[in-house]
Amino acid sequence: MEAIYKTPKTLIDTPTHYCPGCGHGIVQRLIAEIIDEMDIRGKTIGLAPVGCAVLAYNYLDIDMCEAAHGRPPSVATGIKRVHPEKIVFSYQGDGDLAAIGTAEIIHTANRGENITVIFVNNAVYGMTNGQMAPTTLINQKTLTTPHGRSEKNDGYPLRVCEILSVIDGSRFIARTSITSPKNIIKTKQLLEKGFKTQIQEKGFSLIEILSPCPVYWRMSSVESLKFIDKEMSTTFPLGIFKDWESRN
Amino acid sequence: MSEKVILAGLGGQGMMLLGRLIAQALMLEGKNVTFYPSYGTEVRGGTAYYHLTVSEEEIFSPVIEEADTLIMMNLPSYLKFKGFLKPDSMLFLNSSMIDKIENEMNIDVYRIPATKIANNIGNVVASNMVMLGAYNEVKNLVSIPVFLSCLKNVLKGRKEPFYEVNKLAIERGAEFVRKY
Amino acid sequence: MTSTEKNKKYLLTGNEACAEAAIQAGCRFYYGYPITPQNEILTHMAIRMPQVGGTFIQVESELAAINMVYGSAAAGARTMTSSSGPGISLKQEGISYLAGSELPCVIVNIQRGGPGLGDISPSQADYFQAVKGGGHGDYHTIVLAPGSVQETADLVFDAFDLADCYRNPVMILSDAQLGQMMEPVVFNKKCKPNLYKKDWALTGADGRKRNIIKSFYPVKGELEKFNAKLQKKYRQIKAEEVRYEEINIENADIVIVAYGTCARICKEFLKKGQSLNVKVGLIRPITLWPFPADIIQKVSERVQAILTVEMSAGQMVEDVRLSVSGRCPVHFYGRTGGGIPTPKEILKKISEIVSVREKVTCTT
Ligand SMILES: Cc1ncc(C[n+]2csc(CCOP(=O)(O)OP(=O)(O)O)c2C)c(N)n1
Ligand code: SF4
Ligand SMILES: [Mg+2]
Repeated sequence: MEAIYKTPKTLIDTPTHYCPGCGHGIVQRLIAEIIDEMDIRGKTIGLAPVGCAVLAYNYLDIDMCEAAHGRPPSVATGIKRVHPEKIVFSYQGDGDLAAIGTAEIIHTANRGENITVIFVNNAVYGMTNGQMAPTTLINQKTLTTPHGRSEKNDGYPLRVCEILSVIDGSRFIARTSITSPKNIIKTKQLLEKGFKTQIQEKGFSLIEILSPCPVYWRMSSVESLKFIDKEMSTTFPLGIFKDWESRN
Repeated sequence: MSEKVILAGLGGQGMMLLGRLIAQALMLEGKNVTFYPSYGTEVRGGTAYYHLTVSEEEIFSPVIEEADTLIMMNLPSYLKFKGFLKPDSMLFLNSSMIDKIENEMNIDVYRIPATKIANNIGNVVASNMVMLGAYNEVKNLVSIPVFLSCLKNVLKGRKEPFYEVNKLAIERGAEFVRKY
Repeated sequence: MTSTEKNKKYLLTGNEACAEAAIQAGCRFYYGYPITPQNEILTHMAIRMPQVGGTFIQVESELAAINMVYGSAAAGARTMTSSSGPGISLKQEGISYLAGSELPCVIVNIQRGGPGLGDISPSQADYFQAVKGGGHGDYHTIVLAPGSVQETADLVFDAFDLADCYRNPVMILSDAQLGQMMEPVVFNKKCKPNLYKKDWALTGADGRKRNIIKSFYPVKGELEKFNAKLQKKYRQIKAEEVRYEEINIENADIVIVAYGTCARICKEFLKKGQSLNVKVGLIRPITLWPFPADIIQKVSERVQAILTVEMSAGQMVEDVRLSVSGRCPVHFYGRTGGGIPTPKEILKKISEIVSVREKVTCTT
C-alpha cells in the first residue's frame, strides 16, 4: 500500500497555506499525480489565478505563470500559440472564471483553444474572505448576501458547464466533485481526459470541480462535503456535458 | 518643386486611388510625399478628402492650409474646400457634376467632364483617372508610363481586368486638356 | 504586400509601417481589437502573419489582447498589441502586470481625442497615461514618440530590442495623423530577436529548474525588495536611453518643446526660417519616458523662455516645468478635442511671449 501515499514528484513538499478541509489542495495533488503518471512534467505549463489558488506554483513543480484576475484563459492562449506542442492548463476559481473572466472563458472556448481549464467552484470568493460568487446558491449566506442570495437582487447561480457545452468550440466539458474517494477517483479520470483531449489536439476542455470552502461556508469539513452532495450538486448536476469521443 | 493638392469627392469616386497613384509615382521619381486621407466616419456617405504634399524638401505638416491645386469631383467638395484656394492656385473640376462656380479670385480653372468621358469609354468609375490624366498633363509631373506601372501594381490580382479602361481614361483626360 | 525588400521605398500609412516593422523585427504574435484610427494595423497583421507563420487573433476585447500578449511574452516570443484611447485604457491592468512580471512586449497607442469615447481625430492627451504609469503600482513603460511614418517603423524595431534588453513593456505613442498618413518608408533595420537570452521564459521545465512568471509578493519585505530592483532598472534606462532631436537650440532666445505631430508642425516654420524677430529652437523628445530632462534643464539656464506645444490641455508641459524648475518661464500652447495647432497659431503665441518680455524689460 506504500505507493498510494507517496508524494507525487511534481508536488512540492511544503506546508500548505490552504485552510483545513479546503478542496484546492486535493485538486492540486491530483494534477501533480497526473503529470507524473503521464510523464509530462517537462512540457507542462500552468496558469495560476487570482484567488486562494494564486500560490499554486508553490506546490506544483512545473513552469507556471500568474495571470490577472479572470484572465488566465487569455494568458494561456498567448502561451499555447507560442508553444503548441506544450501542455497548457489554467486553474481558476468561480469568481475568476465566471464573474470577472466570463468573456475570456467563453471566447477561449469558442476559439476552440487547445488548452485544459480546471475550474474549482466553491460557491464563494475565498481569497477576499467569503463574498458572494456567481455560483453562490440561492439563499446561501455570504458576507455580501447576509440574508442569503436572493434571485431578485443577485440573480441566479451561473452554470458554466451548461453554457460552455453549447459553444461549438468546446470539446470536453464535465462537472465532478471531490466529496468521497469514489468522486476523487472520478475527478482524476476526468482531469486525465482533459489533458488527453489537449494532447490529442481535440481542442478546448474544461473540468468543473465542486469543492469545499468550510471556512466561508461556516461549516465543518464533514458538513461541507454533505452540502456539496445534497445542495450544490442539485443546482450544479455532476456529469459529462460534452465529449468529443461520444456522439452526442 | 513643391505642390500641395487637395483631392475631394464622394466616397466611391476613387479619390483615394487617385491620390495614392500620384503620391506613388512622385515617390518613385525621388520626391518627398505625404498623403493624408480623411478616415473613419467622415467618409461614410459624405465627402472623402485627401491632402497630398509633394516636395524636394522635407515635408512637415501633412495638413494643407493653402492649396496649390484642388481636384474636386462634386459640388459639396468644392464648397467645402474653396476656402483653401489662393490667387495662384489651380482648380480642376469634374464639370459633369459641378456646373457653375463663382471664380472670385480669377484663378485658372480646368473644367473636365470626367464622369461623362468615363461613361463614354464604358466605365463611370474611371472618372478619377480622367482627372489624373488632365491634372498630369497640365502640371507635367511624371511621364504616363510611370503612372501606368503604378496603376498596374495597384490593380494586381482581382482588379486586373480594369487596367485597360483606366489606362484609356488617363489618356482621354490628357487629350481633353491638350485641346482645352 | 507579401514581403519587403531592403532599401526599397514603400508608400504606406503609419499604421501599416508600424505593423510591417513589427513583423520585420521578428514579432510573430499579434492580438488586437478593432478601433479607429488604428484598424490598418489589424488588417495588415491579418494578411501578413499567416504568410510568415505567425499568429494573428482578433480578440473579444482589449483585455484579452493584452493578456494574450502577456502569455506570449511569458513564453519567450516577440509580441505586440495596438489600440487607441478607450482600448488602451482597458489594457492598463495588463500593462501593470507586464511591468510587474518584467515581461517584454510592444504596445502601440494611435492616440485619438478623449476623454470617454471622444472622437477619432489626432490627439496627444494620453501622455499622462503613457508616461506616468496608467495602471496601478510604481512602474514605467518605455515610451517612444515617432514623428513620421519612417520613424514609426524605425522605433518599432528599437521598441522590440529595448523591451527584450530591459525585460520591460515599451509603448509606441503615436497619433491618428501619424497613423493615417502615407509616406515613403524603407525597412532597413536589422531584426534582432535572439539578441537577448530568455532563460526565464516558460517553455516547460524539461531538464532544468522550473520558471515562474509572477508579480505577487505576499511575504513581507519581498515586494519592497522587488520594487527596489525595478527602480534600479528604471534608473539605468533613464541614464542610457534618453533620445531627442534638437534644432537651432545653441543661440535660441526661445526653445519650443514638442513631440510627434506637434513637433512636425513647429519644424514647418523653424526650418523655413520664417521671419521672426527672435531666435527660436526646438527640442523634440523621442523618448517621452525616459524624458529628456537634462537637455531641457541645460537650455533653460540660458534662454528667455520655453514654449511647450501639445495636442492636449497641457500634459508634457508638467515634465518640462519639472526639468526647468523655475530657471526660466515655461509657456504652453495646446489644442484639445481633435484640434491641431497650426504654425500661425504657434507663431502668434511666440510673438505674445516676446511682447510681454519686452514690456517687462521696459518697465524695469
Ligand atoms: C481586478 C481585481 N478585482 C478584485 C480582486 C480581488 N480578488 C482577489 S481574489 C478574488 C475572488 C476570488 O474568488 P474565486 O475566483 O472564487 O477564488 P477562490 O478564492 O474562491 O478560490 C477577488 C475578488 C483582484 N485581485 N483583482
Ligand atoms: S478560504 Fe476557502 S477556498 Fe480559500 S483556502 Fe480557505 S477553504 Fe480554501
Ligand atoms: Mg471561489
